[in-house]
Amino acid sequence: MEVHICHLYPDLMNLYGDRGNIIALARRARWHGLEPVLHTVQLGDRPDFARYDVCFVGGGQDKEQRLIGDDLASKKGAELRAAVEDGLVLLAVCGGYQLLGEYYETGAGDRIPGVGLLDCRTRAGRRRMIGNLVLLSYLDFSSGPAAGSAGGPGAAGTGRAPRRRTLVGFENHSGRTYLGPGVSPLGQVLVGHGNNGEDRQEGAVYKNCVGTYLHGSALPKNPWLTDYCLRQALLRRYGRADLRPLDDRLEEEAHLAAIRLAARA
Amino acid sequence: MMVPSTAPGVARGPAAGLGPRGLIALWLGKLVMWLSRASGRGGTSLPGRVSGLLAPGILGALARQCRRGCILVTGTNGKTTTASMVVAMLRESGYRVVHNRSGANLLRGLAAAFIEVATPGGRVDADYGVLEVDEATVPGAVAELPVVGAVVTNFFRDQLDRYGELDRTVALVGEGLARLPVAGFAVLNADDPLVAGLASGLRARVIRYGIEDLEAGTTLSHQTREARHCGGCGTALAYELFYYAHLGRYSCPSCGAGRPVPHVSAARVAPQGSRGADIRLGLPAGPLSLRLPVPGLYNVYNAVAAAACGTALGLEPAAIGRALEGYASRFGRMETVRVDGRGLLMALVKNPAGFNEVIRTVLGDGAVEGLVIAINDRLADGTDVSWLWDVDFEQLAHPPGRIAWVVCSGTRAHDMAVRLKYAGFDPARLALQTDLWLAINEGLGRLGDGGVLTVLPTYTAMLELRDLLARRGLAARFWQTG
Repeated sequence: MEVHICHLYPDLMNLYGDRGNIIALARRARWHGLEPVLHTVQLGDRPDFARYDVCFVGGGQDKEQRLIGDDLASKKGAELRAAVEDGLVLLAVCGGYQLLGEYYETGAGDRIPGVGLLDCRTRAGRRRMIGNLVLLSYLDFSSGPAAGSAGGPGAAGTGRAPRRRTLVGFENHSGRTYLGPGVSPLGQVLVGHGNNGEDRQEGAVYKNCVGTYLHGSALPKNPWLTDYCLRQALLRRYGRADLRPLDDRLEEEAHLAAIRLAARA
Repeated sequence: MMVPSTAPGVARGPAAGLGPRGLIALWLGKLVMWLSRASGRGGTSLPGRVSGLLAPGILGALARQCRRGCILVTGTNGKTTTASMVVAMLRESGYRVVHNRSGANLLRGLAAAFIEVATPGGRVDADYGVLEVDEATVPGAVAELPVVGAVVTNFFRDQLDRYGELDRTVALVGEGLARLPVAGFAVLNADDPLVAGLASGLRARVIRYGIEDLEAGTTLSHQTREARHCGGCGTALAYELFYYAHLGRYSCPSCGAGRPVPHVSAARVAPQGSRGADIRLGLPAGPLSLRLPVPGLYNVYNAVAAAACGTALGLEPAAIGRALEGYASRFGRMETVRVDGRGLLMALVKNPAGFNEVIRTVLGDGAVEGLVIAINDRLADGTDVSWLWDVDFEQLAHPPGRIAWVVCSGTRAHDMAVRLKYAGFDPARLALQTDLWLAINEGLGRLGDGGVLTVLPTYTAMLELRDLLARRGLAARFWQTG
């Protein structure tokens, strides 16, 4: 079984070890007996997003983020939106997350339009929110049939209680993101700031599109999130997802160590 | 020893006089330094901090006594080594130099270096101050010190959690350089587009350096690159050659701006494994061949940067050559100590570009059996360890068995272990030991008799290791070295 993994703007949007997410997706796909096929999409490309199973976009510096914002909106926006509506798995971290929203409002009040894929808006803040980040995710990480891609806080699944898990990482952003009713948060903040440092929520989920401020990289120390991405992608393409149980002792230890380190501060 | 009269510089008056408040601050600083050393700590910043609180102008008042002014060395990688090489060149030329040799490179660290050498009467007897300076501290240092020259080594992502973003770091250094005096100089790396781009808008003279040996480069780069776009027009830069990371021969396909021609270069580089490299320097006065006793292309860059600075200062090529040939690596920059009949080689790692070069050097040696990698996430290391995912650890994992085992240590030992697993390293060959001394012992235990244990620590892990060794009498305390 092939799984097509696409890294959007790998050169420009790779600020905080973001390529670790691609490494994690490809490695785990291989360990699950799948055949990962890697793709990259650069500035100016007009890719056919229907070909891909999992897409990833990372964070960039302000200058690069503007370049990407224009490119996404003008050359890729419509196709990407259609693919996400069709169930494409799209993980967006930090700057990439902000770009998928409605707009980014600068300190001077200018609004830089985003792709409008996620119902959220980001405003520049004066203080950078930096540090370890721990969430309790609302996603259902059970390995059985998916109980709907995202249950928001209080959202009903299919009758079975979702298997929630913690997610760990590092955040570094000055933008404050506020969610609209069209998305659910990815998780509840246990340690750190999250979307805006105010409402204790972090990230945004719409269908199989997940935006988050978690880097570190996000996926390697949260193997259940990596498998969630792979599982949703397989369900979409093949209608079933049989992931093998893997020996994740090292990842789980690292996950727990990260929670301990976050709690120490 | 003769002091060349042709050397540029600014003649400075005698002791400016600290005043009673300044003198008390100085004595207090000296007392704090004595106390913290007596208690086994370095006292590399605290004295400067204490004195500065009492007399904010003390750094300037002491530094202005340098007869020929101060030279700053900044950039992401190579600051400590380059600054030490410049110091060696100046001493070789007969000058007296003040230097923050411990690597404490914020303003309080610079103040501590001057407090240490000042007489109780507040006099500093020195020709030059050579100061390694943190990038974000450059504007402050230029404002407070009599700076006559600055060396900028390179810009890589490093500790972004502290300064926000790399563009901001570059802008801060540019802000400082723009304030250098007309009679001053800026030594800039021509091979790093982010550094070379700082030349525009400077009043000071610009001296560029770089590597000219095409054999030392590669046309491929799998490494994360920082400078990807032309500073002039924003187009992606085209590279003819990479020396390491984004350092290389580049040009802009759109506006034609390209790598400027260096004034001082390494015209020929012949690596000699862990023993160093034979290099031929191209100086304005003519070629100079020498054996550089420290390994790695990054140290060639440090040597050329220092030689360019020496050239800007009007030093004799012979003095430049002697200083480089006699350079002893120190303070965790590829140094070996003896432990129980075995060697322990330490090489500092702090960001992806530097780590990749260290791995390349370690593997180039061919005889490395196993490694201890110690990753801490304290403030001085960078609290965000996501940079580990930008290091090409895949080199260590392929072909399998190339490195027989790795002991992961430090506060972020687990992150390191996961990174290696995802690089394709067999988890059965990984050991986790967060305690650094236990990790070292585990590594020594796995090593055959007479072997050399290679330890790759981040900054605070290196300080911790030096301290552990010093307590056992195996290495000098770090402020006593150099």
